[in-house]
Amino acid sequence: MGIMHDVEKGFIRTDVPSFSAGDSLLVKVKIKEGDKERVQPFEGVVIKKRGSGPRAMFTVRKISYGVGVERIFPLNAPAVESITVLSRGKVRKSKIYYLRKLSGKAARIKEKRDSRP
Amino acid sequence: MIQGILGKKIGMTQIFSADGTVVPVTVIEAGGQVVQRKIKAKDGYDAVQLGFGVKKEKRVSKAMRGHFAKAGTPCFYRLVEVKCGADDDSKPGQAINCSGFVKAGDFVDVLGTSKGKGFMGSMRRHHFSGGAESHGSMHNRAPGSIGSSSDPSRVYKGMRMAGHMGFDKVTVQNLKVVEVKGEENILLVRGAVPGPINSVVLIKKALKKG
Repeated sequence: MGIMHDVEKGFIRTDVPSFSAGDSLLVKVKIKEGDKERVQPFEGVVIKKRGSGPRAMFTVRKISYGVGVERIFPLNAPAVESITVLSRGKVRKSKIYYLRKLSGKAARIKEKRDSRP
Repeated sequence: MIQGILGKKIGMTQIFSADGTVVPVTVIEAGGQVVQRKIKAKDGYDAVQLGFGVKKEKRVSKAMRGHFAKAGTPCFYRLVEVKCGADDDSKPGQAINCSGFVKAGDFVDVLGTSKGKGFMGSMRRHHFSGGAESHGSMHNRAPGSIGSSSDPSRVYKGMRMAGHMGFDKVTVQNLKVVEVKGEENILLVRGAVPGPINSVVLIKKALKKG
């Protein structure tokens, strides 16, 4: 896999923080409108991460005006301007799909208090 | 200028282009050496014989060993002849580099041997629709009628039936070269290339695009 690794290396971003399902993120995405470009923030909980190398994707869920909204981002895309981890959540699964069925107080995630690098 | 080079399919991945869109690419490692230069005056046509994949000398027949010894190259698994111009100055033993053959933005045709599928029925092999799966049907994946009765009293040649599928020579035309890494002799081509990983492919200049 040596050659493949070398080809993919240049497309894997090193400036994104490490995070996992349950964490709250603020993702800033560049959006092109005609010839103008603006940055759109998206804040929510990571419900899954999948893929490896340049193909890695993650899904962020938030409740917007009472409606659940999920957005899937490529982890290494140049369109993702920045990812900020707001809090670490304590969950026991890597894919927290059960969050979709919960609302209100039940949809809270306990915060992890230990510090991770 | 030679018309094609040999390479090894390394696999597929995806990369991000300058404007941020995802591009699916196949990574091909070019390589090999020139084994023979065929000259019109002597051989009747102008071509270059390329070798790819080094083989142990003891596994090569004596006749072929002599052929490689004359060229001063190691013994190769795969020998392919590609056309070239009369003024081509390729010498036996000369290493092939993809940067001299294509540059990013060019279009190429890639020839490979498709993955073997074994003995396949007519539904898989020729996309026949088959019969009904339920309602008491006993005609499920069978091909159906293969012709008329006493006239012509035979099955026409080329009738599509079950049989061996795959392991064919397949050409994919007009693939865009996304990136050329001359130092590592690596080629990134947009889209898929026939054959399994580690198979040898022939990369030619696109026939239908200049």
